[in-house]
Amino acid sequence: MLEQITHCLPLRLTARNVVLAGLLVLLVLALLSVVKMELVVNGLFLGAILALGAIGLTLVYGILKFAHIAHGDFMTWGAYIVFFLLGSVLPHSTGFGPFTFGYSLFIALPLTMMAVVATAIILDKAIYQRLRRRAVNTVVIAMTSLGVAIALRGLVQVIWGGGTEQYPRLSKPFYQLPMGVKIPPDWIFIGALTLILVLALYQFLTRTKMGKAMRATSDNLELARVSGINTERVVWWTWAIGAALAATAGVLLAVFQAQLFPVMGWKILIPLFAAVILGSIGNPYGALAGALIIGVAAEVSTQWITPAYKPAIAFAIMIVTLLLRPRGLFGVRD
Amino acid sequence: MRAKIRPDWASIGALTLVLGLALYLFLHGGAGGLTDYAIFAGIYAVFTLGLNVHWGFTGLFNIGIAGFFALGAYTAALLTTPPPDPLMFEDFKFGGDLAVRLGHLDLWFPVALLAAGAICGLVALFLGFITLRLREDYLAIATLGIAESVRLLFLNERWLGNGSKGLYRIPKFLGDLVSPENYDYLYLVVVVVVLVILYIAVERVIKSPWGRVLKAIREDEVTTAASGKNVFSFKLQSFILGAFIMGIGGALYAHNVRFVDPSTFDPLLATFIIWAMLMLGGSGNNMGAILGAFVVWGIWTGTQHLPGFLSDPNFRFVMVGLLIVGVILLRPGGILGERRRVSGQIEPPRGAAP
Repeated sequence: MLEQITHCLPLRLTARNVVLAGLLVLLVLALLSVVKMELVVNGLFLGAILALGAIGLTLVYGILKFAHIAHGDFMTWGAYIVFFLLGSVLPHSTGFGPFTFGYSLFIALPLTMMAVVATAIILDKAIYQRLRRRAVNTVVIAMTSLGVAIALRGLVQVIWGGGTEQYPRLSKPFYQLPMGVKIPPDWIFIGALTLILVLALYQFLTRTKMGKAMRATSDNLELARVSGINTERVVWWTWAIGAALAATAGVLLAVFQAQLFPVMGWKILIPLFAAVILGSIGNPYGALAGALIIGVAAEVSTQWITPAYKPAIAFAIMIVTLLLRPRGLFGVRD
Repeated sequence: MRAKIRPDWASIGALTLVLGLALYLFLHGGAGGLTDYAIFAGIYAVFTLGLNVHWGFTGLFNIGIAGFFALGAYTAALLTTPPPDPLMFEDFKFGGDLAVRLGHLDLWFPVALLAAGAICGLVALFLGFITLRLREDYLAIATLGIAESVRLLFLNERWLGNGSKGLYRIPKFLGDLVSPENYDYLYLVVVVVVLVILYIAVERVIKSPWGRVLKAIREDEVTTAASGKNVFSFKLQSFILGAFIMGIGGALYAHNVRFVDPSTFDPLLATFIIWAMLMLGGSGNNMGAILGAFVVWGIWTGTQHLPGFLSDPNFRFVMVGLLIVGVILLRPGGILGERRRVSGQIEPPRGAAP
């Protein structure tokens, strides 16, 4: 298992890397002794949600080669479709087990994932595929996805209005963890679901034919095509995985902050891209690591800086990454 | 050749639309509504000119126009606003009060405009220096980040920009010259003069050898680098020039509305709509950029008075997004499109594709 992981990461087990990793661990330990544990835990959960968005974004970035600006709005749509299903379609339910939400969420979530996946594939067929065939510059495709992002968010506002909404919920006591950490019970759900999805994705990417084809396409599209990989199918799978993860991330974000609003996805776009760049574009494990780092950094920063600047922390990390190591933590020169 | 024989329905349609909307606005809001429309469209045209330098000529993807908009507007506002008045519970610490100090012939106005442009140019230098050597779309993400950071800065640092209360004592340029009810006409002339100066400047710069290098970079970076041009340096200069123009646009806005607060510069009205204007008008063509500003702003303000859901701002929001996607898919050149020729001196050979 370890060998597999080190093989996937473009990091060699050289003396220099081991020393660097050791220093990093020491730095983390030193920080942990100063930082409030509660903030670190908050950051890890926020980072887990960011990771679901960032993994999809980095796959799209790696395989389709453009910055998918509508990714945050896929998240918003996920959150709102669940809101619609819970409020108007499925039976009203709250307080399932230890959670604030009801069992309906477990039915609504897969339906929502399917709906957002369908949206992504329809958008690809209607828009992005045509542009790919025309062989336009990838920046123009990114530009188009900005238009899609605007339209998607506008539609949310047309349908549900611009205000803040909530899933049906029943207040539950917080869990008391050691070291003075308190977490809402819903976060257990967030952590567990993220873990399951990331492990499933890892299995998919390493064990299945399609997963391997996706990694090959991400490495070198032309080479993948001439070795007989159906790149259009790879593209569809990329959208499917990216959209399903984004929809889940949106729902979990709505659960995490106990509210949803139309700009929630747009606001999270900078942390998402920061995580993708920090973890090297196209590398899903890097995106996971980047998202956790950014989640923790943003939360921990509030110990010293006013929380109002939390959104700018991700941007600052991104600028520092671009200055020091523009290929990201796990990047190699090509 | 077919394109030459076929009448250009898109241009005709756009012009009809503008004239129709102008007539409608005139009938609806009187001359005042029309002047107001023209002032805002003119200010937006300044932004589309700046964005055209970025996107249309160099292919730089800037989605943080709101950041430069806000920086320009706040710079001009802070330079010219009187110092804070304790009686009015103002939190900001510095007001440049240029309007009093440089009151002679109202010289403070061009100074404020240039200073706003310079500040934006400096920020562009910083951002561009970091991102322009790297993948093309890093710039987009960085500009998105700077727009949000600028907003957060002016919202939270109350000593700087008075926080969410905003700045509301921004002086009038040549305010003593005409009566307040006729002031809009005067300001329209000011906006048009600035717009014409910028238009001529950008046209000259783009038609120069420098501008041709930018277009070459947009078309093929590697070839341009291979012919000995420093691609990074040219991109950086273009990014700074475009940001400078956007800063001037922000300053023009501040002295028109004479109120700025952080919520003024939301992504829709300060970034997205400017993209829609440039794409529709025709990126790579300065006349197209200006035309796009007038058309889209006409549609935006004109549809306010339409009945039912058509006037719903959220519905119009969707339309802005669809407009961008639709133009790229159906008419990538926009209404006017770019005149593709190597140089103004060389006529394209007869029979060649336009």
